[in-house]
Amino acid sequence: MQPVNAERHWSRTSRLMWLMMFLWAFFSFIIHWFVKDLNSITVLGFPLGFYMAAQGSLIAFVVMLFIFAKRQDTIDRQEGVAE
Amino acid sequence: MAQAKEYTVGGNSFLANLGKIYALYTGGFFGFVALLAVLEQMGVPNKFIGYGFVFLTIAVYALIGVLSRTSEVGEYYVAGRSVPAFYNGMATGADWMSGASFVGMAGTLFLLGYDGLAFVLGWTGGYVLVAVLIAPFLRKFGAYTVPDFFAARYGGNFARLLAVIVLISCSFTYVTAQIYATGIIASRFLDIDFTVAVYVGLLGILLCSMLGGMKAVTWTQVAQYIVLIVAYLLPVVILSAKKYGIPIPQLTYGQALQEIADLENQMAAKGLAATVTDAAGKVSFAKPHIKPFTDYDPLNFFALIFCLMVGTASLPHILMRYFTTPSVREARSSVAWSLLFIFLLYFTAPAYAAFSKLEVFTLINKGTQLSDLPQWLYTYGKLGLVKVCGANVDTVQNVLAACQKIANHPGILRYQDLNINTDVIVLSTPEIAGMPYVIAGLVAAGGLAAALSTADGLLLAIANALSHDVYYKMISPNASTKTRLVVARILLLIVAIVAAYTASTKPADILSMVAWAFSLAAAGIFPALALGVWWKRANSAGAVLGMILGFGACLYYLVGTRYYAPSFYETWSWLSTAKPEAVAKYAELKAACAADATKCVAFDKHAQGMANWWGVKNISAALFGLPLGFITIFLVSLLTPAPSKEVQDLVDATRRPSGGTLMQEKGALAGGH
Repeated sequence: MQPVNAERHWSRTSRLMWLMMFLWAFFSFIIHWFVKDLNSITVLGFPLGFYMAAQGSLIAFVVMLFIFAKRQDTIDRQEGVAE
Repeated sequence: MAQAKEYTVGGNSFLANLGKIYALYTGGFFGFVALLAVLEQMGVPNKFIGYGFVFLTIAVYALIGVLSRTSEVGEYYVAGRSVPAFYNGMATGADWMSGASFVGMAGTLFLLGYDGLAFVLGWTGGYVLVAVLIAPFLRKFGAYTVPDFFAARYGGNFARLLAVIVLISCSFTYVTAQIYATGIIASRFLDIDFTVAVYVGLLGILLCSMLGGMKAVTWTQVAQYIVLIVAYLLPVVILSAKKYGIPIPQLTYGQALQEIADLENQMAAKGLAATVTDAAGKVSFAKPHIKPFTDYDPLNFFALIFCLMVGTASLPHILMRYFTTPSVREARSSVAWSLLFIFLLYFTAPAYAAFSKLEVFTLINKGTQLSDLPQWLYTYGKLGLVKVCGANVDTVQNVLAACQKIANHPGILRYQDLNINTDVIVLSTPEIAGMPYVIAGLVAAGGLAAALSTADGLLLAIANALSHDVYYKMISPNASTKTRLVVARILLLIVAIVAAYTASTKPADILSMVAWAFSLAAAGIFPALALGVWWKRANSAGAVLGMILGFGACLYYLVGTRYYAPSFYETWSWLSTAKPEAVAKYAELKAACAADATKCVAFDKHAQGMANWWGVKNISAALFGLPLGFITIFLVSLLTPAPSKEVQDLVDATRRPSGGTLMQEKGALAGGH
């Protein structure tokens, strides 16, 4: 069991939160802002801009959340506040 | 399914054998579908196949519900906090995906093309906010309901009451729509009166939730998820395998999109579809499937995504699902599982839309005579869901007569003649692809599962807020466990009956208000909830005012732009994006309405198109309420004293996963140190 370091735990947790929020904003909004440019690229028959809104961003959200759960768990354990 | 009888559902041996039990259940379900398929081949009429699907699935859910009955408060409200992440993910998937998502989502994508993807994005990406900002902290806090957190964090019952008001206002219209959907599906497949079907659906919902509360709802929702996802994927997987030889529709519809684009050009050239002419005089198809920003401008597209996402992270019936996991850690991974299970449906919906569109375009492009329309158009036309030239497709004569009234109609079907209800896309796929009736019955069972499971979750959220927050916490804090559970069940019954009665009157207004739920929840709950965890300085005065102003502004925009459009427009004309022509027409219609009251409907409708701030559609009302809520909490909190030491310690303890839940049964706050 690691010694409890509540302050460092929260600052690392906050940093991870901001990173997640940036990725969230990127896959929710920023990338779709460029849909017209992306549509000139075709992947497996899909125009890329359409693909990102129909599948790409969704896959990113799912993967992000599994990685987030793991990362946050590591932080909790390293700072001694895991359950 | 039989296996479940040997265990108490939700008991220890049940939890130890979850994998085995639900694998058996899934196998049993496939066996049941196969059995009905064989019976169909042997000549059993379709009607009985439909009965089999509707009654047997409801019976199984009810059985699980009855076996999960409980007399413990902790089991009733939070399923004893014993639901593993993976299964809670499935239950959340069923809780989340409504009858409308199941039946209507693909149709919306069919109609809107790219712009419809705002819904797909909005209803998935919100889970990132749930996982990162909200769910693990609420789980650590250890609430029974979302308003519990508001009460503890923001000093008492006034904040609790506000949260209850927001919760009920966003959940009630939503649950009414779910019960309405169960009525529509049951009446269509059982061939019974709609009102009777609504009460049959109600019975199914009550059997699942009344005896066992959250515990029962959890284990039925897992069962319902399995039915709904199988029912959603199977038809389109078969279709993809038939058409392209690969049973992965999510990959093969890329090819369908290309074919659609080709057909769009051909139809435009042949005059079989509405066209637009650009500045250079080039004529092209009016609204290509993949073209962005045809129905929504970029502002509304992104505003909608934003409001749906934040709304997702604020809807109490979703947040309360994460109170049921055994640990904070599992709450986090449970959100990831939830999103994976939800993703399976949402990333398939655009494939349904593309295959249906390809089918319809192929039909139109080959120049189909109006007297030669395929059978499936008649199937849904008779239900009033498919129109050609404005007339229901019920008989050849009616279609021909309606189209003759249109000047210069070529006598063959054109895209602009066709009007397909969004529900038809998913429901008609089995028939279009020539699959046996058993698949259509399966789809109905899936739609029913989706509507029932969402209704269960919403009813429980409303009834629990009334029984736990209002009755126990505010009216009768000394009530015994037994009394509380009796009250909880009576309130559940009352809410269910009121919702079912409302649904049985087919209230068009209420059904169209469902989309409001997301904005109302986002503006009313999200700022105080997120800041409650992430900003220790947020205090009671700030939160209370922020909730009132944020929710109030959102409600004002929703009601004002929809029901009081003329006066809303006249008050805010300087913020409206209405064009000069529209303003001129407004004056003209207003005069007509003043002279002749029968013309006021047209006036009001026109005004609704102009009543806005910066052109934001009313579905995205939280775009105003949400920032207002944040700013109010921020400013008012800084201008008033910081929260007490106890509250700040509570926030600290909420942020640390270790140390057990902070809220103990009987309302005492245990220290988290």
